Amino acid sequence: MGQMWNTLSSQEGLCVLDLGATSASNITRLTEMGHRIYSEDLLVASADPTLVSEAADGTRILDSTRFLAENLVYPAAHFDCVLAWSFADYMDESLVRPVVERLWSVTKPGGVLLAFFHMKDAGPDAPCYRYHLAGQDMLETQPLVSGKGASFKLQRVFNNRHIEGLFRDFSSIKFFLARYNIREALVIR
Amino acid sequence: MTENNQEVAHIGKSVVIKGELSGSGDLFLDGEVEGTVDLKQNSVTIGPNGRVKAKVSAKSVVLEGKLEGNIVASERVEIRETANVTGDIVTKRIMIAEGAFFKGSVAQEGEPIA
Repeated sequence: MGQMWNTLSSQEGLCVLDLGATSASNITRLTEMGHRIYSEDLLVASADPTLVSEAADGTRILDSTRFLAENLVYPAAHFDCVLAWSFADYMDESLVRPVVERLWSVTKPGGVLLAFFHMKDAGPDAPCYRYHLAGQDMLETQPLVSGKGASFKLQRVFNNRHIEGLFRDFSSIKFFLARYNIREALVIR
Repeated sequence: MTENNQEVAHIGKSVVIKGELSGSGDLFLDGEVEGTVDLKQNSVTIGPNGRVKAKVSAKSVVLEGKLEGNIVASERVEIRETANVTGDIVTKRIMIAEGAFFKGSVAQEGEPIA
């Protein structure tokens, strides 16, 4: 978190992608810092019921091709910073890898991505959060208890090896232990 | 009427407009508009029933309904709880209520829309 904040505060005019639930304070704070912020709530987009179909054997299929045709549509190497928050823990598994591959392509070489992962299974009722940047090493979290956000369930717990595999195309990844059994991953494209 | 007695044009929810909306008064838009809304010296409010596919240029913009299109507002943009906004915004100040849907980018006035 601190390293991401250092990047955000060390220069102006960065392109920042916020993939969490819309945070007015992030938009205000980052635009006041001279950055352009892009806001896209990936989890809400992934919950679009029209993406789901059933295979002949009754298996539920989520159309990742259409999802990526409608979401995360940006020029290649566009973003300096990506605030991915905890989308991977709550998103349908079939979408996670395609989304990370798209994030690789829309992030500039040397660009920074911040993601959070649960370290142990907190149960399906572990709330999904809206994240607000609050300063150096400071983050405010707000549980999503109403609206679409309230329906997101913790899908899985990634271990470090899974996370490294997920971001294998990026140049480096560092892990930091945070509070509440969360690990932060700082990934460099 | 607004506090300074300036007239507010009202487009009701049963009205459909395709083309360019421009003028010199404030606008409350609760109908359907496709095209451009150009009121650079005035305020535009898209009401809860408003469904707008347009580039909106105004002094201030308040959103309660649905907008697909870019906004350039020289003073402020306010996205209220019921709003659903997809587009890029350039303005001096922005307020977004919790619960509003927003997909797009925000930059301070003076930056070009990418």
